[in-house]
Amino acid sequence: MQTFQYVKASGIEKALASGGSGKFIAGGTTLVDLMKLSVESPSALVDINPLPLNKIERLPNGGLRIGAMVRNSDLAWNVDVQKSYAVLSQALLSGASPQLRNMATTGGNLMQRTRCAYFREPSAGTPGGYGCNKRIPGTGCAAMDGFNRMHAVLGTSDHCIATHPSDMCVAMAALEAVIHVEGPKGKRTIAFEEFHKLPGDTPQIENALEPGELITHVDLPKPVEGARSVYVKLRDRASYEFALASSAVVLRVEGGHIRYARVALGGVGTKPWRSHEAEHALTGKPADAHTFRTAAEAALAQAKPRQDNGFKVELAKRCIVRSLKLATA
Amino acid sequence: MAIDTLPHANEVIGTIVPRIDGPLKTTGTARYAVDHDFPGLVHAVAVQSTIGKGRIRSLDTSAAEAAPGVLLVLHHGNLHGVYRLFPHVQEGTISEARPPFDDDKIYYWGQYIALVVAETLEQARAGAAAIRVEYDAETPDVRTDLGEGFTGQRESSWLRGDPDKALASAPVVIDETYSTPLETHNPMEMHGTVAVWQGNHATLYECSQGVVNHRMVMAQVLGIPVENVRVVSRFIGSGFGGKLFPWPQSTLAAVAARQLNRPVKLSVDRRMMFTGVGHRPRTQQRIRLGATPDGKLTAIRHDFYTETSINDDFVEHCGEQTPFLYSCPNLEVTTALVRRNVGAPAPMRGPGAVPGLFALESAMDELAIKLNMDPLELRIKNDAQRDEGTNKPFSSRHLKECYLTGAEKMGWKQRTPQVGSMKRDGKVIGWGLAGASWAAARIPCTATAELTPNGRVAIRCATQDIGTGTYTIFAQVMQARTGVPMDRIDVFLGDTSLPEGPTSGGSMTTSAVLPAATSAINQAIDRLIRIATLASGSPFKGAKPDSLALTAGRVHSKGQPAESGVAFEDLIRMANLSGVTGEGKTNPSWEDPKAREYSLHSFGAHFAEVEWEPEIARIRVSRIFSIFDCGRIINKGAGANQILGAAVMGVGMALFEETVHDARTGQPINGSFADYLVTTCADLPDLDVTFLDYPDYIVNEYGARGIGEIGMAGVAPAITSAVYHATGVRVRDLPVRIEDLLQSKILEA
Ligand SMILES: Cc1cc2nc3c(=O)[nH]c(=O)nc-3n(C[C@H](O)[C@H](O)[C@H](O)COP(=O)(O)OP(=O)(O)OC[C@H]3O[C@@H](n4cnc5c(N)ncnc54)[C@H](O)[C@@H]3O)c2cc1C
Ligand code: SF4
Repeated sequence: MQTFQYVKASGIEKALASGGSGKFIAGGTTLVDLMKLSVESPSALVDINPLPLNKIERLPNGGLRIGAMVRNSDLAWNVDVQKSYAVLSQALLSGASPQLRNMATTGGNLMQRTRCAYFREPSAGTPGGYGCNKRIPGTGCAAMDGFNRMHAVLGTSDHCIATHPSDMCVAMAALEAVIHVEGPKGKRTIAFEEFHKLPGDTPQIENALEPGELITHVDLPKPVEGARSVYVKLRDRASYEFALASSAVVLRVEGGHIRYARVALGGVGTKPWRSHEAEHALTGKPADAHTFRTAAEAALAQAKPRQDNGFKVELAKRCIVRSLKLATA
Repeated sequence: MAIDTLPHANEVIGTIVPRIDGPLKTTGTARYAVDHDFPGLVHAVAVQSTIGKGRIRSLDTSAAEAAPGVLLVLHHGNLHGVYRLFPHVQEGTISEARPPFDDDKIYYWGQYIALVVAETLEQARAGAAAIRVEYDAETPDVRTDLGEGFTGQRESSWLRGDPDKALASAPVVIDETYSTPLETHNPMEMHGTVAVWQGNHATLYECSQGVVNHRMVMAQVLGIPVENVRVVSRFIGSGFGGKLFPWPQSTLAAVAARQLNRPVKLSVDRRMMFTGVGHRPRTQQRIRLGATPDGKLTAIRHDFYTETSINDDFVEHCGEQTPFLYSCPNLEVTTALVRRNVGAPAPMRGPGAVPGLFALESAMDELAIKLNMDPLELRIKNDAQRDEGTNKPFSSRHLKECYLTGAEKMGWKQRTPQVGSMKRDGKVIGWGLAGASWAAARIPCTATAELTPNGRVAIRCATQDIGTGTYTIFAQVMQARTGVPMDRIDVFLGDTSLPEGPTSGGSMTTSAVLPAATSAINQAIDRLIRIATLASGSPFKGAKPDSLALTAGRVHSKGQPAESGVAFEDLIRMANLSGVTGEGKTNPSWEDPKAREYSLHSFGAHFAEVEWEPEIARIRVSRIFSIFDCGRIINKGAGANQILGAAVMGVGMALFEETVHDARTGQPINGSFADYLVTTCADLPDLDVTFLDYPDYIVNEYGARGIGEIGMAGVAPAITSAVYHATGVRVRDLPVRIEDLLQSKILEA
């Protein structure tokens, strides 16, 4: 770990003023970990814990505003979230451990980085170390022909196949959340789908934030009337483990037919994976096993597995079917 | 038996006795190795190789040496005063025989190549990061197929009859290969050493499962007389075998402290736990079974490969239980040692038996299926009455009763054999069982007991409590003999300045310490009674020693109640003694002519139930019944705890654990607690432990055998048999993965 400056941001202006020169630190559960591994070595840490961004408020339009500093546990156990956005609560509670969730924040979770073992190797991207285009562009990708059982099958490129590890983000993708940011150039909003970037040939660029921009809150739209939402996460062990495949669905069924469908996948994509293909295959169709399987096939049609992760294709399909079944049970 | 000579045995032997060190641990007062701090203490950080094979071309330490706070940088170019120990020839056992920094060669990824010592831990880390290394790298050999390219010799053992001929003519044959992966010990407490020198005397604060062996080894490695080394391990955050024998960090800390003449602390971090401090080696085992159509075994061949490092001859004895678990006239075990570019392996809970029985018991399950026979019936039909390997009677074997008890508890009669045929609550359930065994022995031990003038009883022994409850066992013996309550008993362990005690390994500590502790306190009591008949002012002056006894902490006339007598501390004070001590000793079973006539083993069986949700390819272990025949259980609480903990590890072995090496670099690529999966509480089934509790007086006068390791044997095959029963997928290469389960044809519950 390198030495660094530490600045406590007393207010948003102060945070923004110092943001350019360093990194924001919220719960620290991703950042400190990566600093210890020498993956991140910011010259300054701007502590945003004092910022007044820790509230969950109802919006006049019926939606919900979640402050960037709201802890994952507080969000998961919030009554409005549990009642109207069950998929989000379930996703949060399936992630990490209680201790981590007590520290992890909404903003930090949006920004968490891949668990690719090669990316996390202290020397990755340096001469003699594993190639990692995400760490140092142009150095190659050690995971491509390495141990890639945990890696993505959707949205990959020849430059990077790293999975986006978040559970929360998968639920937010299905809920069509909107991210509010504030930066040196002012405030703006980013649609959830636009926030995380595909690796393409620039895997080092992971999201739409400009340098120095701060996530202030996330808005959830008004709950879809009559819809049910579910999160299903499949993994190697029962707890404290990232997804091999997960599925977030928001579904409204009327007269046996699906009238509204949002489907997002985790554990299989290089970003929280909204599946329009699955949604298309569901909308207007009878809510039955055949439709569910067809939707699952559609979601994974473009999957590109590597040596060790081929099983994720079938697993993700089963995960989707299970979540759809639960949402219509 | 001896237990009858302990007046208070009923109160504390064979009951549930809470651990006497529990409060110290739960309040954080117990000091573990690296909790020790001393004035002037400095910190060392080891630098590890980032290649798996090759040599160091250049090592530039100039930046590190110039870094703030750095006091010393050691590497192969400047390390002196470290000596080699030849294992199996010289006394003492060492894990990695090549001394650290011996030359410029790299044998495995993560090998220590330099050590940086600085005033603070952060400075040492920064110094370590500033070291520049260039390598001539070669491709390491970390191939997982152990048979690939093997050109060495196989060693034959236990040959009886003609197994090949018997197999050729057997009406029913099973011929399958099973593999177990490289598994890493992950005790909560990581390895570490604090080394302190005073002149030519070294004190090493360690987490060692064997302080006496550690001292023996370090004296030779450091080139100083054995009496100049003291090793202290008062509390150990578990070891599972990984802490049995010294690792290089101990040598490095000691050498650095000697050179700087300051105390040095060196901790191994979780990442390093995956390289230079041992692991259970990979095994690959071909099992051939021959049987008659009605299920009588006619032949067993167990031919296995076991992986070791380039420089160390560690053998995982997978065939140890094979010769005696079943009755079978034709049998052979062969061993092939395969070298790979990995660190030195080490014993891990139930070494040999755990992977070996995974293979043998899986094959028995497959044989039962082929014979269309209940796997329980197959076991009972082939149960051995005598150890056919050594041709000796068993000192005490109740494996059949373990099976029958487990079957009763599980309701085995309701099992329908067809794959996927049992269902409950929308899930398919599968049932499997497997047997377990582990050697017993009485290993040497000495101890000193003391009755003190302030009314306390002390017992001292240079064995150690690795978290299993050894402190409490000693205290139980003291209370059983004297009637003095636990809060007036002091147990001193984990320090080589105490009388020599055994290494905590092989599940042999309890059976070793019981006789020594008993004879020590008996001698102290005999001496006290003699003094009571001699000391002026003693009410027993002139009495015959045989007419007196000590119970409830009081010396009294035999036939009279204890209350009529005198508290032992009053007698000690009356006689103006600083205390009364007694020495005790355990003689090893191999020097005992009677014990040598018998085959000494513990036995047990696990019955596992899994739940299968085909829709999402999810398997969960829902119940395990463990029935064990381990002699008399001295502390039912700590005893059950051992079997429960072992079953939990067994679930991890069956479903989760595997250290994966990158084929290009030889690096353990999942070397962290987030990536190397161990069982979490959420994965735990209902666990139910039963002890048959038949004393085995051949092993010792208490009838107690060991229980630390056997509990892990048999768990994995019971689970994989249950997995087969539920899913139809036979997993022969552990762990069971979702990839395997997705092959299941059972798609509906
Ligand atoms: C062992 C382990 C297991 C885990 N398991 C799971 C799991 O199963 N599922 C899962 O979803 N997650 C899991 N996580 C990840 C965890 O959810 C994230 O670490 C956490 O959400 C990050 O939040 P934080 O507040 O701690 O972020 P920090 O570490 O403080 O910050 C992370 C990044 O976000 C940036 N940042 C933080 N806040 C803002 C803001 N307001 N605006 C702009 N940038 C910001 C920081 O600069 C930094 O780059 C696990 C983590 C660990 C360590
Ligand atoms: S998958 Fe991406 S993060 Fe992992 S090594 Fe390749 S480039 Fe780096």
